[in-house]
Amino acid sequence: MSGAATLKEWTGAALAAPVAWLASIVNVPLKAWQRATGTGGMAAFFLAPNMAIFGIFVLVPLVINFFYSATSGTAYFLQDRSYVGLEQYRRLLDCGSYLDTATCREDLFWKAVHNTGLFVVVQVALMTVVSMITALILNREIAGRSFWRAVFFFPVLLSPVVTGLIWRWILQRQGLLNLIVHDLGGEPYNWLTDRFSAFTAAVSVSVWAHMGFYTLILLAGLQAIPRDLYEAAEMDGTRPARVFWRITLPLLMPNLLVVIVLALIRAVQIFDEVYVLTGGGPGTSTLYVTQYIYEIGFASLLRNPGLASAASILMGLVLVVLTLLQLQVGRRGERKGQRE
Amino acid sequence: MSGVVTFLTRRRGGRGWHWTDVVSWLWLFGGLVIMFGPAVWLVGSSFKTPAQLAVFPPTILPYVSQQAAVEGYDKPLTLYRVKLPDGSTKVLAEARRVGIVAQMVDPQAPNDIVKINIANRQPVREIGFATENYTEPFVHFDFLRYLRNSVFVTVMATLITLLTNSMAAFALSKYKFRGRDLTMLLIVGTLMVPLSVILVPLYSVVGAVGLLDSLWGVILPTVATPTGVFLLRQYMLTIPDELLDAARMDNASEWQIYWRIVLPLAAPALAVLAIFSVVWRWNDFLWPLVVLSRKELYTLQVGLNTYAGQLNVQWHYILAMTVVTMIPVVLVFVFLQRYITSGIAGTGLK
Amino acid sequence: MGRINLTNIDRAYGRMKILHDINLDVGDGEMLVLVGPSGCGKSTLLRLIAGLDRPTAGRIEIDGADVTDVSAAQRGLAMVFQSYALYPHMSVRQNLAFGLENIRMPKGEIDARIAEAARMLEIAAYLDRRPGQLSGGQKQRVAIGRAVVRNPTAFLLDEPLSNLDAELRISTRAELAALHKRLATTMIYVTHDQVEAMTLADRIVVMRAGRIEQVGRPLDLYNAPANLFVAGFIGAPRMNLLPVKVRSASGGEVHVEGPGELSAAIAADGSTLRPGDDATLGIRPHDIELSDGGKGSVEAQVTLAEALGPETVVHATIAGDNRLVAVLKSQGIETHGRPISLALPPKRMHLFDSAGLRVASR
Repeated sequence: MSGAATLKEWTGAALAAPVAWLASIVNVPLKAWQRATGTGGMAAFFLAPNMAIFGIFVLVPLVINFFYSATSGTAYFLQDRSYVGLEQYRRLLDCGSYLDTATCREDLFWKAVHNTGLFVVVQVALMTVVSMITALILNREIAGRSFWRAVFFFPVLLSPVVTGLIWRWILQRQGLLNLIVHDLGGEPYNWLTDRFSAFTAAVSVSVWAHMGFYTLILLAGLQAIPRDLYEAAEMDGTRPARVFWRITLPLLMPNLLVVIVLALIRAVQIFDEVYVLTGGGPGTSTLYVTQYIYEIGFASLLRNPGLASAASILMGLVLVVLTLLQLQVGRRGERKGQRE
Repeated sequence: MSGVVTFLTRRRGGRGWHWTDVVSWLWLFGGLVIMFGPAVWLVGSSFKTPAQLAVFPPTILPYVSQQAAVEGYDKPLTLYRVKLPDGSTKVLAEARRVGIVAQMVDPQAPNDIVKINIANRQPVREIGFATENYTEPFVHFDFLRYLRNSVFVTVMATLITLLTNSMAAFALSKYKFRGRDLTMLLIVGTLMVPLSVILVPLYSVVGAVGLLDSLWGVILPTVATPTGVFLLRQYMLTIPDELLDAARMDNASEWQIYWRIVLPLAAPALAVLAIFSVVWRWNDFLWPLVVLSRKELYTLQVGLNTYAGQLNVQWHYILAMTVVTMIPVVLVFVFLQRYITSGIAGTGLK
Repeated sequence: MGRINLTNIDRAYGRMKILHDINLDVGDGEMLVLVGPSGCGKSTLLRLIAGLDRPTAGRIEIDGADVTDVSAAQRGLAMVFQSYALYPHMSVRQNLAFGLENIRMPKGEIDARIAEAARMLEIAAYLDRRPGQLSGGQKQRVAIGRAVVRNPTAFLLDEPLSNLDAELRISTRAELAALHKRLATTMIYVTHDQVEAMTLADRIVVMRAGRIEQVGRPLDLYNAPANLFVAGFIGAPRMNLLPVKVRSASGGEVHVEGPGELSAAIAADGSTLRPGDDATLGIRPHDIELSDGGKGSVEAQVTLAEALGPETVVHATIAGDNRLVAVLKSQGIETHGRPISLALPPKRMHLFDSAGLRVASR
C-alpha cells in the first residue's frame, strides 16, 4: 500500500522535477526582460505565442480568403493563381431560378444549399424539441439525475467518424435496425440508399450526437429558475400546463434562444458525421455545403480552390448574421436578467 | 431492497403515479437504450467473425462456430448439428459444400461421407469472442501507426494549448496595457469562425510555412483556441490581484507569478480545458483529412474513414478499430464527465 | 534603518487625481497610521510606497535612497494585505518560505527564520496546513509571519484587522502593538477605523480625498483637531458641532452665541475673526456635563437616552434641529421629550472659523 503511494509520489516528482527545472531556467532571461521592459513588456511576452499562432492560422487565412476567392486555377499558393475578380461569385450565383438547381451553373452548390437549408430547418426544430423535453424531464425530481444527465451526454463526446460508422453499421442491410424490423415481421430495407431515409438518418444521427449538449444548457437554465416561483404558483393553484407556459418558458427564453441559435450555427456547418454515414449520397441527396467546399477545394478531380473559397465566404456571411443574432439574443437575455 | 424501490420510484410530492411520471421514466429508459444501445451493439459486433457478421438476422451476442480437427483434412472443419434422414441428430463436420448440399463427415469416423441438405443442419456455436479482429489490424494494417499519430497529435496539441492559452489568458486578465480590449475583441470575435470557412486559405498558409503533410500541420492551427483563452481568462479574473501583489512583494518575477501562483490556482479551469482539448483533438476529422495525404501520417479518424470508404469494406476490422478509437473518449466520459458538464453549464462553451 | 520620505507625490488615473501633493516623513521604528474614509487614497499611497504602483509625480526615498523607480521586490519592504493574500495552494510553511526562496536564501537559514517567526507568532502548530484550513485569526498571524520572516526595512499593513470579528480585532490589535515594540521596525498601517489609529499609532495621518488633513500624535489630534474633518473623524462618539455667531473677538478671548441661548467665552486667538462671523463650535460628548441650569448651560430636549451602565449616552436637540450627543456619567436620565439642562465647559470647546479651520486656543 505504502509502496504504491511512494511509487506514485516518485513518478509525480520525476515528472514534475524537469518541468520545474525548465521553468526556473526560463525564469532567468525573463527576469532580465522584465527588468528591461517593465510589466508592460511582460504582457507582450505572455501574449506573443498565442497571438502569433492565432494570427498565422486564423487571422491571416481569414483575410486572404477574400483574395483567394478572387482568383482561379488549381494551384494553392496565391502567387501562382490568376486574378479573376468576382468571377467565382458570378459563377456560384449564376442561376435561372434559385429554387430549381438544374438552372444553375453550379448546380452542385445549389443542391448543397437546398439540402443544407432543409437539413437546418428540420434538424434544429427536432433538436430543440428533443433537448427541451429531456431537460424538462431531467429537471423533475428524478432519482439519479446526474446519471441520467450523463446518459444523454455520452454521444456528444464521440468522434463524428465513430458516430457515423456506428450508425452506418446499424443502418446497413444486415444491421440492427433491420433485425428489429425483421422481428416485427417487416422486410429488411437498405436505409442509406433511399433519398428520404438517408435524409432522415442524417437528421436523426446528428440530433442523437449533439442533443446532450443542448440539454445541458437548457437544464442549467431550468435549474436557475427560483423554486419559490413554482411554490408560489402551486399556492395559487395554477395548473401545470399554465405553469409551463407562463413561468418556465418565459424564464427559460434566454437559454432557449441561445440553444436555437447555437444549433443553427452548427447545423449550417454540418459535415463529418453525415459524410462518414452517407458520403453525401445516395446521389447528392445528403450533400451539404461544407462537404461541397471540401470536395471542390481538395478532393474532386475538377478541383477549384477559388470557387470553394468563394462558397466558404458566402457560408461565412450566413454565420456572421447568425452570430450577430446570437450576440443580440445574449444581450437581450442579459438585460432581462438585470431587470429581474 | 424495498429501500431501492422507494428511492427509484420517488416522485413529485410523494403522491401516486401521475401520467407524467410514466412518460418521464419511459423517456429516460428509452434514452438509455438509444444513447448506449448503438455503442453496445458496436462492441458486441466487433467480436464477431466475418461469417457471423454476414448472417441475417444478426445475433445479439457474438458466437464462434465449433471446429474440430478431422483426420485426413488439413484444416479444422466446422461442426454442425445435423438432423439425419432417420430423424436422429448428430454432430458432424463439414468437409465440402456444393450448392445446397453439404458433404459431412463424422469426426470419429472420417471415412464415411454423408450428404445433407443445408436446411437440415445448424452450426454448433458457443459464445466466443473473435479477438483476432483486434489483434490482426495491429499487425497487418497501419493501425498502430495511426494510433501513435493520434496520440502524438492529441498530447502535443493539448500541452501547447494549455501553455499558450494560459499565458495569453494571464496577460489578458492580470495586466493593463494598451490594446488589451482590442485583443480580447479579436479573440472573442473569432470564437465563431469555423474551420470550414477558412479551410482553403488555411491550407495554403500551412503549405506556405511548410507544414503540409506533417503532424505539426495538424497540431498548430488548432492550438490557439479562442475558447480556451476565454475560459481561462474568465477563471483567472476570479483570482484576487492581492495574491499577485503579495508575490511581487515576495520578490517573485512575473514569470514566477504566472508559473507558481496563477497556474496552480487555475488548475480546475486548466483541467476542464485539457479534457476538452483531448476530446477535440482526438476527434478532429476534417482538418487532418485535408492536411495529411501520406498514408503513414493518418490519424485514427482519417484512417478509419479511409478503411470504411474502401470498396471491399472489412467490417470486422473496422468495427474493432472503431471500438479502440472510442476507448479514450469513453474513459473521459466515465471518469471526467462531471468536469465537462460543469464546464459547459458554467460557460456555455463546447 | 527604516526611514521613508515622500516628496510631492501625485497619483492620477487618467484625468482622475487620486493623490494631491503628498509630503510625508516616516521616522525609523515609527508606527505611522494612515486613516481616513474609504476612497481617501490611503491604500493607493501605501501601494506607492510598496512599489506595487508608481506615482505620477514626486519622489519616494527609503533611508535616503531614491526608490521611486525601483520595483517592489527590491525595496526591501514587506506587506500584510487586507485579504491576507496567502497562497491557497501552498502550506503555511511554503507560504513563509516562498519569498525567501525567491532571493535564493540558503535552506538552513529559511528554516531558522520560519522557526523563529512561528515561535513568536505561535503558528508552529499549523505550519503544514493549507490556508483554507485556518481560521481568520490564524490566517492573520500567518500573513504577519510571512512579512516578519523577510526581516524587512519596514512593514506595510493594509487594513490587516478588517476581516476579523470585533473581539479578535481587539486582541490582535494589542498583539500588533506588542510586535511593533519588540521588532522596533518601521510600520505603516492603513485603516479606516479611528480606534485602531488611536490605539496603535505613534503618529496618525488623517487623509481625505487624496490630501493629508493633519499629521500628529494621537492625543494631539484628539485635543487639537486642525479642522472640522479631523474633529469629526477622530473620537467616538463624534464631536458635537454647533453653528455659532461670533459676538466679539479680542486677542485672547472669543465670545460666541449659538442656538438655545448658548453663549460662551472661549480662550482662543480671535485675531482673524470679526464680530458677526459664522463659526462652528465643537465639543466632545464626553466633555458635556449635567447641569442644574444657569449661566453657561443650554436647554435641550432629550430624544433618546441609552443607559450603558457606567455612563448614559443622551441624544438631544437644541432649539429644534441642532442635534447634540452627550455622554453623561450618571444613570437615570429621563428619556424622550423631557427637557434637560447641559453644561458645556468653555475650556473644552473647540472653535472653527467659517472655512472650517481651527482657531488656535490660547
